[in-house]
Amino acid sequence: MTVKAIFETLEYGPAPESDDVARAWLARHGARFGHFVAGTWRASDGGETFATIDPATGATLAHLAQGTVGDVDAAVAAARAALPGWHAIGPHGRARYLYALARHVQKHARLLAVLESLDNGKSIRETRDLDVPLVARHLYHHAGWAQLLDTEFPDHVAAGVCGQIIPWNFPLLMLAWKVAPALAAGCTVVLKPAEFTPLSALAFAELATAIGLPKGVLNVVTGDGRTGQAIVDHDDVDKLAFTGSTEVGRGIRERSAGSGKKLSLELGGKSPFLVFDDADLDGAIEGVVDAIWFNQGQVCCAGSRLLLHEPIAEAFIRKLKARMETLRMGHPLDKAIDMGTMIAPVQLQKVQALVQRGIDEGVSCHQPSWAVPADGLFYPPTLFTDVDPASTLAQVEIFGPVLVSTTFRTPAEGVEIANHTPFGLAASVWSESLSLALDVAPKLKAGVVWVNATNLFDAAAGFGGYRESGFGREGGREGMHEYLVPAWEHDAEPYDDSDFAAIASAAELGDALYDHADDASDAPAAGPGIDRTPKLYVGGKGARPDSGYSYPVRAPDGRHLGEAGLGNRKDVRNAVEAARKAESWSGTSGHLRAQILYYLGENLEARAREFGERLRALTGSTDDDARAEVERSVARLFTYAAHADKFDGAVHDVPIRGVALAMHEPWGVMALSCPDEAPLLAFVSLVAPAVAMGNRVVVTPSPRRPLAATDLYQVLDTSDVPGGVINVLSGDRDELARTLAAHEEVACHWYVGSAEGSAAVERASAGNLKATWVNHGRRRDWHDPRQGEGRTYLRRAVQVKNVWIPYGE
Amino acid sequence: MPSTVSDHVAPHPSVPAGPLPRNPGTALDLDWVGSVRVNRSASERRAATLVTRRTVKKAWQAGWLLRAITLIDLTTLAGDDTPGRVRRLCAKARRPVRDDLLGALGMDDTPLTVGAVCVYHAMVPTAMAALRGSGIPVAAVSTGFPAGLSPLATRVAEIHASVEAGAEEIDVVISRHLALAGDWRGLFDEIATFREACGEAHLKVILGTGELGTLRTVARASLVAMMAGADFVKTSTGKESENATLSVSLTMARTIRDYWERTGFAVGFKPAGGIRTAKDALAWLTLMREELGPRWCERDLFRFGASSLLADIERQLEHHVTGRYAALHKQPLA
Repeated sequence: MTVKAIFETLEYGPAPESDDVARAWLARHGARFGHFVAGTWRASDGGETFATIDPATGATLAHLAQGTVGDVDAAVAAARAALPGWHAIGPHGRARYLYALARHVQKHARLLAVLESLDNGKSIRETRDLDVPLVARHLYHHAGWAQLLDTEFPDHVAAGVCGQIIPWNFPLLMLAWKVAPALAAGCTVVLKPAEFTPLSALAFAELATAIGLPKGVLNVVTGDGRTGQAIVDHDDVDKLAFTGSTEVGRGIRERSAGSGKKLSLELGGKSPFLVFDDADLDGAIEGVVDAIWFNQGQVCCAGSRLLLHEPIAEAFIRKLKARMETLRMGHPLDKAIDMGTMIAPVQLQKVQALVQRGIDEGVSCHQPSWAVPADGLFYPPTLFTDVDPASTLAQVEIFGPVLVSTTFRTPAEGVEIANHTPFGLAASVWSESLSLALDVAPKLKAGVVWVNATNLFDAAAGFGGYRESGFGREGGREGMHEYLVPAWEHDAEPYDDSDFAAIASAAELGDALYDHADDASDAPAAGPGIDRTPKLYVGGKGARPDSGYSYPVRAPDGRHLGEAGLGNRKDVRNAVEAARKAESWSGTSGHLRAQILYYLGENLEARAREFGERLRALTGSTDDDARAEVERSVARLFTYAAHADKFDGAVHDVPIRGVALAMHEPWGVMALSCPDEAPLLAFVSLVAPAVAMGNRVVVTPSPRRPLAATDLYQVLDTSDVPGGVINVLSGDRDELARTLAAHEEVACHWYVGSAEGSAAVERASAGNLKATWVNHGRRRDWHDPRQGEGRTYLRRAVQVKNVWIPYGE
Repeated sequence: MPSTVSDHVAPHPSVPAGPLPRNPGTALDLDWVGSVRVNRSASERRAATLVTRRTVKKAWQAGWLLRAITLIDLTTLAGDDTPGRVRRLCAKARRPVRDDLLGALGMDDTPLTVGAVCVYHAMVPTAMAALRGSGIPVAAVSTGFPAGLSPLATRVAEIHASVEAGAEEIDVVISRHLALAGDWRGLFDEIATFREACGEAHLKVILGTGELGTLRTVARASLVAMMAGADFVKTSTGKESENATLSVSLTMARTIRDYWERTGFAVGFKPAGGIRTAKDALAWLTLMREELGPRWCERDLFRFGASSLLADIERQLEHHVTGRYAALHKQPLA
C-alpha cells in the first residue's frame, strides 16, 4: 500500500515483531533438545523424539526428547540428590537464586516472549505484556518467601522432590507458578512442560544454568502424557502439582492415591461473567474481550458463560456483536492483533465440533463478518446467545474463543445459574453498586472473583479453584503451603496393624445378644439400670441406623460396655443431606460460632466426671489420663472458639488501585473420619476446627470406642448446636469413609486411620475432586498441641477465595 | 512472517461518508443523563491496552501521521500573541510539511493542510486574512476562555463578535460549576444559548475535564452538551492542570457513540492540551478508530487541539523518509 492510500483509508498494516533472536537460539541448539537433568542436557533414554510446531505456519520449530521412565528416574534421582545441598543453602541463599532468576527473566524478556508466541500461537502482545512480566513478578515475590521462610512458616519443612506437570496455554507462566514456590520452600523439581510448548521451559533451564542454580535443583523432562504418568507414578516423588484438564487431573488423583504424595490440582473451568443492569456496559464489554478472547479462550479461568441481567441483555449483546467486528486476528508475532492461533489441530477440531454441536442443538450462533486468515489454526470469536443453562455448550469447557450467554432476572437467580456447574475456578461480577457486587462475590463458588475486572493475576494473591476446578492455590501464602509440610506430619510414625482391629464381624453382631450373660451376675439387686442405646446423630436428632444393627463396644479387656449403631451408606446419604441443609451455619458470624463452641466446652466440663469415667472404661487408661483427655477436649473447644472470629483472611497488596480480599470460606459439607485412640479428644480435635470455620460435618467417631462421641449428643443438644451442623455416624470407619469420600456433596474429607483407608479415601475422592487430608497410616499425638491443634487444622478447614476489587471514580 | 491478518469488512455501524447533518440537539433527557455509568479502573485498563493492542509501522505510520496533520487545530492561545505570530502560524497551517518530504512520501499531488487555526477573538481578523483562499477555517476560543466565568451576556456577545469577524468554528468553555453541582438543566440551557449564538458557525464545547473530578461527570457533561446541540465535544482548554488523557477521551468517545446510536447524529471529538508527540497522535487516532471507526478519524468529526504536535510529526516523517532521526530546527518554524 502507498503512503497516500494509507493516508486516505487509515488501514492497519503489518507490524511484525522480529523472531531473529529466537530463531538463532533454536539454531544454536540445532533445533534439537534433550532433557535438562542434573544441570546437563540428556538425550532421550529410548531415542524417541517428537516435534513442536509453530501453530501459525505448521512449520517444525524443534525436535524434543520423549521422556521415558528411565529419563524420569534420572531426573528424580538428580532432584533427590540435590535436595540436601539445596536445603543447606538456607532461606537467604535460595532467595538469592530466585532473585537472580527474576532478574534474568527480565534481562531476556523479549527472547522469552517471542519464543513463547512462536511455540504457542498466542499474540506477542500477551506474552510481552502479561506472561513474561508475571513470570518475573512471581519469581521476585517468591524470592521474598524464600527469604522469610523460617519466620513466616515456622515448624514446617520442604515437601521434598516435586513432580510438576504444566499445560500449553501459559507455558512459562505456569512454570513460574510451579517452580518459584517449590524452590522458595526448599524443594527440588522435576518439571514436564506440555508437549505442544516445551521451548520456554528449556530456555528457562538455560537461565537456571546461567545463574548457577545448583545442579539437579531444577530438572526439565519433555514428553507427552506417558512422561507425565512416569512422574505421577514415581515412588520417590513427594509432591505432585498439575495444571491441566479436569479429566487428566482426576486420573492423577486416582493414580497417586495412597502414595503419600502431596497433591495440588489446578483444573478446568466454565467461569461465569455476570453483568448487572447498573454496570458500566462498555467497560464490561472490554471485560468480555479480556475474559474469553484472551489467548483465544484457551484459558482455564476464561469467562466463558456470560450471564446478563435481563434489563440490559439486549443492549449488551448488540454492543458485544459490534465489538467482535473490531477484533483483529492474525499472525501471533504481529503487534497489532488481538487474537492469534489455536494451539494445535486437535484443539481447533474440538472447538469446531462443539460449536457445530451447539448449532445442531439449535442455539443461535454469531461470528463476526470478517474473514479468518486462511492459513494457520485460526478460529474466530464466537458468541452463542440465549443458551439454555442445561445445554451442552453451557456445561462443558470448550477451551476456545466461544462464549455462551444467558439471562437472569434477579441477583439470586444470577448466582444460582453461575453456581450451577461442576467447576469453580473464577467469576467476574460487573456492577457499579458496591453493595450488590460485594453481596454476590462471596456467594459465587469460585476461587477467584473479579469485581468490574477480569483475568487479573498476581503472585501475592492465590489462584486456584473450588469443586472440580481442583484444589490447592498458587501464589500468596496459601500457595507456599502447597510445598511445605508441618514438621510433625513429616516425622509422624506409622500406626501398628493392631491399631486397626475390625469393629465386629457378622458373627459378632449376632453374638452381641449373648454378651450380657457375662455381666448378669453383676446386676444390682434393685434391677437393671435404664438401657441407653446410642443411635446415630443426624440433623440434630438421634436416628436409628438404617441397617437395623448395633455392634458391641468392648473395653480393652473384652468387657462389654454397650452397643453402638452400625451406620451404612444410607445413613451417610441421610447425614450428608442433613449437613447440606444446615447451610445457614456457614453464613453465621464467627462470633456466634464461637459462642456455641464455648458453650459446648462449658457443658462438656459440667459432665467432665462422667466423660472421664467413660474414657477410662473405653480405653483402660488411668483416672488421671482420662481426666486429662476431657480437660484437653474442653481446652481445644476453647481454642477453636477463640479462632472462630480470628482466622479471617487477608487483604493482599496487589499491583492495582484496589484491593484483593483473601476470604476464608468454609468448604460446606466436610467428612471427618476419626482414629480409634483418644476417642473424645481426637473427635473434638477434628470437629471443632471444621465447625468453627463454618463447615457442617459428618463424623465417624472412633470405631471401636464410639461411646465417648455418642455421649456428646446430649451435650450438642444443650449447647445450641443447630441440627445438621454436626452429624455422627458410628460404625466401620473405612466402610463409611469410602461412601463419604465418593459422595459428591462432600467437599472435603479428613481421614485419620490406616494407610489402606487413606488410599481408599484419596481414590474415591477423585469423583468430585474433593480436597482430602489423610494421614497415610501415620500417628499423631492428639495430646500434643503442636500436632493436635492449630493453624494447620484451620487452614485445612477453609478454602481461600480471592476477591479482586479495583476501584476509583 | 506471512501477512495473515484478518480481513475486515464492516467494522462499525458506519456513519456515511460525505457531509453529515449538524447535530440539532435533543430535549434534555435527565433519565439518560442519570443512567450513565463509568468505571474508572475498567476505562483506564482499556485506555492502557488500546495502545498495546495496535501499532502502525513504516508506511502505515507515515500515512497515519499525515492524516493526523489534517486533523490538527493549529493553536496559539497566549497573552503575548501578536498579528505577526498569528500570520506565521497561518503560513504553517497552509504548508504544514516541507515539499521535499511530501514528494518523497508520494503526496505531492495531495493538498495537505491542518484542520483549522485556533486563536483568541482578537486575532480572528488577522487569521482570516492570512488564510484567505486556503479553505482552512478559523476557530475562535470564546465565552470567557479559559475559565468561562464572565457574565452570560458578555459571553454570548463574544460569540456573536467572533462569528461576525468570520470565525467558522467557536470553541466555548462551559461553566464547570454547573456540571460539578449536577445542574444539568442549567448546563443544557447555557450550551443551547451558545449554540443559538453561533448560528452557522460550528460549536465546540470545552468541558474542562481536568476540573470535573470524575469520569462519570465527564460522560454526563458530554451527553448534556450533545443534547444541547454541540457539534464537537472537547476535553480541555489546555490551561487546566490536567490535560486530555486517553481515559477521559475514551469516556467521551463512548458517550458520542451512545448519542449516535440513540439519535442518529454524529458529534465530533476534540482532545486538547498536552498532545505533543507523534506517538500521542497515533494513540488518539487508534482510540477513535477502535471505539468509533475510521469515519470518526476525519476532519468533520475529529480534531487535535495542539500547538507543538505538528513539529514532532514532521520530524517523524523526515525520519521515515531519510532513515535518520531529525532535528527540530530543520522543520520550518510556525
